[in-house]
Amino acid sequence: MNTLIREMRGAVAFIERNINLIKRYWGWELVWLIYSLVNSLAVTYIGAGMERISGQSLDTQYLITYLLVGTLIWSYLSVIFYSISEMIAWERWEGTIEYTFMAPVSRLTHLVGTTLFAIVYGILRTLVILLIVASFFHLDLSGANLPGAVLLLLAGSVSFVGLGILAAVLPLLYPERGAQMTNAAAAILLLISGVYYPVEILPGWLQVIASASPATYVIRGMRACLLHGESTRALISTVLFLIGAGIAVIAMGLLIFQRVERYAKRAGRLKRSG
Amino acid sequence: MSTPALELNQVCKVFAKKERDKTKARFAPKKRKKVIALDDVSLSVNRREIFGVLGPNGSGKSTLIRLLSTLLIPDKGTIRVFGHDVEKEEFEVKRLINRVSVDAAFFKKFSPLENLTYAARLYGMPMREAREKMRQIMLRLGLKEETFNQPMEHMSRGMQQKVAVARGFLTSPTLLLLDEPTTGLDPHSKRDVQGFVRQIRAEHDATILLTTHDMEEADRLCDRIAIIDEGKIIALDTPKGLKGLVSKRNGHEPTLEDVFIELTGKKMEEKEVE
Repeated sequence: MNTLIREMRGAVAFIERNINLIKRYWGWELVWLIYSLVNSLAVTYIGAGMERISGQSLDTQYLITYLLVGTLIWSYLSVIFYSISEMIAWERWEGTIEYTFMAPVSRLTHLVGTTLFAIVYGILRTLVILLIVASFFHLDLSGANLPGAVLLLLAGSVSFVGLGILAAVLPLLYPERGAQMTNAAAAILLLISGVYYPVEILPGWLQVIASASPATYVIRGMRACLLHGESTRALISTVLFLIGAGIAVIAMGLLIFQRVERYAKRAGRLKRSG
Repeated sequence: MSTPALELNQVCKVFAKKERDKTKARFAPKKRKKVIALDDVSLSVNRREIFGVLGPNGSGKSTLIRLLSTLLIPDKGTIRVFGHDVEKEEFEVKRLINRVSVDAAFFKKFSPLENLTYAARLYGMPMREAREKMRQIMLRLGLKEETFNQPMEHMSRGMQQKVAVARGFLTSPTLLLLDEPTTGLDPHSKRDVQGFVRQIRAEHDATILLTTHDMEEADRLCDRIAIIDEGKIIALDTPKGLKGLVSKRNGHEPTLEDVFIELTGKKMEEKEVE
């Protein structure tokens, strides 16, 4: 019981730390929010302009919603991915990595605290973007299955937590360029997961890789829910698959993280500035 | 006989460093060079002892502290903290120790209270008790109440170091590792910290391992001192016993500095290994 209470206090440490980081670096947060918002608007305007670009009659409303779903879901999933992958990068930037790593708190607790924060923060941030973007376009979600979409989003978050842990290994292994390498990993996920276009237009070999990305299933399922009103019952298999895959990726991520942490301790890579 | 607070048995630590061969082309692959940080170190520290480690930079002091802090894994030999093996019983060891390092590693935009709250939660302390203790320790170290909520980045190096010392003491560690804790402090602040070290030992039954460049500090605080050079312990005794190794200078009793120069053939001048 005592151990559980201690670990819960440890998880709160990471939640509170991340809230404080947002408060202290609010300028960065604002810039990042504006960037995401403008990006969502720019992508969605491509849909709005397709009729003029192609000179053909198109279902513009469908295109707008199609792109908006992709851009919002990506915004949410990337927040989860970055929040978790940056759990090490932040400690490196601030120079606190050694202090945190010598504290009697398990890496699982470290992860639980970071994940809880990331999910709540990701939802709030995406809601703000949704509200602002929705004021620019007429969105008709009357036929959408919103509870199904939420269920799918939460199930998809599990896999992204696992991917975040795998990406967090990079700043541990490469003190100087690890954080930039996580950006490259996120960009690859963006390319292959059908965020702005159907995966089927990709070359065959990229489609094979796309089938390994959890975001592919989340975004496909979200579009089915929000654009075609697919029932929750029809989504169950995807939800179960995403949860199962997520648990497997988290377990693999933790195992790899543990090994890399051990290697970092052997090689002396936990030093504050690398 | 009771278990020693700390026991090192034939501990070795070697780092691989990449170095460019100056005789070869600029883009030729770098060669790996082995740097011996600790070479067959054995020592034992008794409970409630203040044990000093004296040595120039690059002599292996910080590597020793990092090994005890579970931030490094020894290549050879064993380290036990109150009977617990640092490698096999890492979590138990973490609960018993805390460390103050020479570089005050903090979230620089957080206030001292926010940084100490983070530390208290990581160590599973109940917050009511922790808040009271934070204030007491910071006031005892001469920090003014109005600085408690100001960002660390606006504080002087000396004040930051005092907050680092407060963080080390906050969790009432049974073994406190002080890695040059008074470097950069003015004489008054130095005395505050040194007085607090003695008080902690007297009141909390703590064992303290202190690395320092400051010979007077070592002489004043330590029950026993090990002199370390190029990763090897070259002498270990009480301050009085060490001074007995060297003959009188111009009719005066030798200082620890005389002992150090005599034994190592060098002054406390710096060269970085790690």
